Amino acid sequence: MSGRGPFGRLDWITVILYALLVFIGWINIYSTSVGEVSTSIFDFSTLYGKQLFFIGLAALGIIFVLFVESQFFERFSSIFYIVSIVLLLGLFVFGKTIAGATSWYDLGFFNLQPSELAKVATSLALAKFLSDIQTDIRTGKHQLYALVIILLPAILILPQPDPGSSLIYFSLFFVLFREGFPIYYLGILIFAVVLFATTLMFGTVWVAIGLVILTLLIYTFKKASVKIPILPVLGVIAVSILFSLSVNFVFENVFEQRHRDRFALWLSLEKDEEKLDEIRKTIGYNTYQSEKAIESGGFTGKGFLEGTRTKGDFVPEQHTDYIFSSVGEEWGFLGTSAVILLFSLFFLRLIYIAERQKSDFSRMYGYGVISILVFHYFINIGMVIGLLPTIGVPLPFFSYGGSGLIFFTMLLFIFLKLDSNRLKDGI
Amino acid sequence: MKKLLLSSVVVLIGFTFIGRLSYLQLFRFSPDQILDDPAIKKVYDYPERGYIYDRDGKLLVGNQPAYDVMVIPREVKPLDTLEFCSLLGIDKPEFLTKMEKARRYSPRLPSVLVPQLSKEDYAKLQEKMRHFTGFYIQKRSLRYYNTQSAANVLGYISEVNEWDLKNNPYYVAGELKGRTGIEQQYEEILRGQKGVKHIQKDRFNRDIGPYKGGKLDTLPQQGKEIHITIDKTLQEYGEKLMHGKRGGIVAIEPKTGEILTMISGPTYDPALLVGRQRSKNYSKLHYDTISKPTWDRSILAQPSPGSPFKTLNALVGLQEGVIDTSTKFRCYHGFYVGNTLRGCHCGGGVRDLNSGIYQSCNAYFAGVFRRIFDKYETTDEGMDIWEKHMKSFGLGDYLGTDLPTGAPGRIPDVAYYDKWYGDGRWAASTIISNAIGQGEIAATPLQLANMTAAIANRGYFYTPHVIKNIGSNGEIDPKYTEPRYTTIDRKYFDPVIEGMTNVYNYGTARWVKIPGIEIAGKTGTVENYIRVDGERMQLTDHSVFVAFAPVENPQIALAVYIENGYYGSRYAGHIASLLIEKYIKGEITRKDLEKRMLEKTLEHEYAKPYSGEPFEINEYVW
Repeated sequence: MSGRGPFGRLDWITVILYALLVFIGWINIYSTSVGEVSTSIFDFSTLYGKQLFFIGLAALGIIFVLFVESQFFERFSSIFYIVSIVLLLGLFVFGKTIAGATSWYDLGFFNLQPSELAKVATSLALAKFLSDIQTDIRTGKHQLYALVIILLPAILILPQPDPGSSLIYFSLFFVLFREGFPIYYLGILIFAVVLFATTLMFGTVWVAIGLVILTLLIYTFKKASVKIPILPVLGVIAVSILFSLSVNFVFENVFEQRHRDRFALWLSLEKDEEKLDEIRKTIGYNTYQSEKAIESGGFTGKGFLEGTRTKGDFVPEQHTDYIFSSVGEEWGFLGTSAVILLFSLFFLRLIYIAERQKSDFSRMYGYGVISILVFHYFINIGMVIGLLPTIGVPLPFFSYGGSGLIFFTMLLFIFLKLDSNRLKDGI
Repeated sequence: MKKLLLSSVVVLIGFTFIGRLSYLQLFRFSPDQILDDPAIKKVYDYPERGYIYDRDGKLLVGNQPAYDVMVIPREVKPLDTLEFCSLLGIDKPEFLTKMEKARRYSPRLPSVLVPQLSKEDYAKLQEKMRHFTGFYIQKRSLRYYNTQSAANVLGYISEVNEWDLKNNPYYVAGELKGRTGIEQQYEEILRGQKGVKHIQKDRFNRDIGPYKGGKLDTLPQQGKEIHITIDKTLQEYGEKLMHGKRGGIVAIEPKTGEILTMISGPTYDPALLVGRQRSKNYSKLHYDTISKPTWDRSILAQPSPGSPFKTLNALVGLQEGVIDTSTKFRCYHGFYVGNTLRGCHCGGGVRDLNSGIYQSCNAYFAGVFRRIFDKYETTDEGMDIWEKHMKSFGLGDYLGTDLPTGAPGRIPDVAYYDKWYGDGRWAASTIISNAIGQGEIAATPLQLANMTAAIANRGYFYTPHVIKNIGSNGEIDPKYTEPRYTTIDRKYFDPVIEGMTNVYNYGTARWVKIPGIEIAGKTGTVENYIRVDGERMQLTDHSVFVAFAPVENPQIALAVYIENGYYGSRYAGHIASLLIEKYIKGEITRKDLEKRMLEKTLEHEYAKPYSGEPFEINEYVW
């Protein structure tokens, strides 16, 4: 089998979907950054020219990954992990600050963002730990180890500050869920998020009333045969109310004003039209502009290079985090839904591939890759279309930026490499 | 379950995103978004506003260029401030304040530094302009008035306000719009249609080229010129005669319903509301709440018409068959209502139709009025008939002229008196004042002039209007060329007109005869009251006069109403006769009378109620 070379068993459907996403992304970067003077697309002084260069580097990365023995990644995953933790620690001393965040190493020709590298390393390390024959995720001790592997880089990244990247590591919980980590933890998490949001919107009193009414409804409509003991239920309600009270405390005393404003905008907490307008123009400016740009695209969009708001540079950071708004304005609903569809197919294909792995390590790593990509996609587009508060993470394969593109590509192709070898080293 | 978790999450996210995008791009999207797209600036190309000419083609309103000095603060380079200030005619602190204001508004966008330079200042500045980077001169078009008269008819233009912007999507903040008079009524014809260019902007508001290559751009359409029915010479002459007097004059050409002149006193020079002093002048005019120069008395004042209204009661009496030309009533220097004697100045004796009119006998018309009501079984029925006749003369309701303002006047009806006195608790004798044009009747000078035109035409009138031609094809609304018939037969007009002619020959206006022109007219003297600080006071009577001439081929019908001018022929009669002579002969032969009318003012009368001291009314002294 190996005689067919490094490209032999590559999953070409995924590769084509990947290439399409990168291509569409570049088209939109071109549209946001093209000037009046038409220059060659290889003009490296322009953003689209640079991105083309990064795409070339990513291609080199792919070739590198494909030529490496697949056992290499599993064997050296712990080393990778330790190296990236060291690199993250090193930022506190040697870090370069760009736009207020100390997240980079200046390598002269290139700014390296170790948090991107750490995503790959953490996925590998988590897969390695979980696939170990001695690991049993149902025990509390091993759950704790897994949590440490995931949260250590997240905690190191948080003070850069880069809360967006930090948040991404939580996506790795999906790996744990897949491997037998109790799913009701997710239920609790969702419940906590709902409590958080409803407390901010309606206040603790209404949340408490709502909980009591909900409980009464459950007791009224449950089958007579189902017995729900009352004491634990009361306990849950009590804890929920305590949590709700703590939300208010945290919101008022721990959060900073800019965070409060983001939530105020997201949950429509501010009722005063004038203040809301003020928030929209300051902290919510990006979201407002990007929503407006997407809205103005309508069904068919304004056409390639015809986006008035894109051309006029109205959406800040449009070539990076807000790239999707350019799709919305110039390609309309047809374009945006096509991109969503493309991403969804891409993810489903990856899940399908992960599930067909015979090696636990490959499957777990695959899940890590997918979770990280899905999380980026969810947070980024959710923010651009105004569903989520402003959290700065790039859209994988789309957003302008070298580190991002190269590490997302490596992340993906390590998985594809593992997949291509699934028959060779299975069992 | 655990195998499907991530797939379900992916699908769920996909549906959520598509849902949100449908909301944004399908539901919230509207194709007019180009209107508020900040990336597209619309640059307007304004056509010249149409000129306004009088009935003989004399220019009334044109346009004049004005020059605004504009600044883009960011582009300003160090300059010789002293020289620049002296060219602009401002001092340095003022210059600095204005620069600061412009910078605060926007460093990138142009602001007006000095508005509306005169042509002379412009000429001086233009040569030196190239030394001052960041400044430029923008030409604007302002109204130019070729007359100092007819401000109320012409109206003025001013910047659109929020209400206009909300109610008419055509306008954009900062644009000008006709505000009153003809400028308002014929706004769309005069202004034309502005052209628009769509310019693509970036977020710093810099131009980055035409939007879609100019596909959506339109060219401006020129405003049309209009000709109005006003006679410039007559209007200007009339306004001179109104010097120092308050009141309204309306003259109509009976054959067509064209308004020849429409004067309100006091008035103002229309040029006051143009140019740099505009807002200062406007406040001054607007806040003069005593003489109210912006209040057009010719169409808004609604005094009781007084004696001219007697002619209509005579016509109704004839039409209803309750009197004929020989019917006589005795005047006891007045007439009795119950046991009360109501006075009359006619001199007493037996009056018939002719002498009743020319001596303006109150007793005669009280008799006629009673007979009209006596004909019908109930007062209500009589009242309805009387009201119907009166309203057929265009009284008691808006006339439908092409002027944006107006007043309905009042012809009281059954409902009105039922409310006032109670159902069945009033009769003809209760409301007898209406017989002599006092009481509850009210009419604007325009309505009185129109009523006179209907008499001159012997039974019909055209809706009075000021529009004569629009543009070159000249078509106007057909409603102004259709006669409106009164309910009085033609044959009844001649005896009444005879009486009106005798007003000049032997009657109340025999002093104001014009050699060579036969006039039919009717004087009026109207009692009136005002309230100052809650105290009701009677003032000197209003002087009213209606007339048309020549009797056999009427060319002009007019109503003159002079506030506190005392008896009818004293001011109103004289002014009316001068206007008729001016219009028909083109010149005035009675120079003494003209001089007296031009010089005489009534300011002393108008000052009386505000003097705080007791005062005499209706003084005979000149």
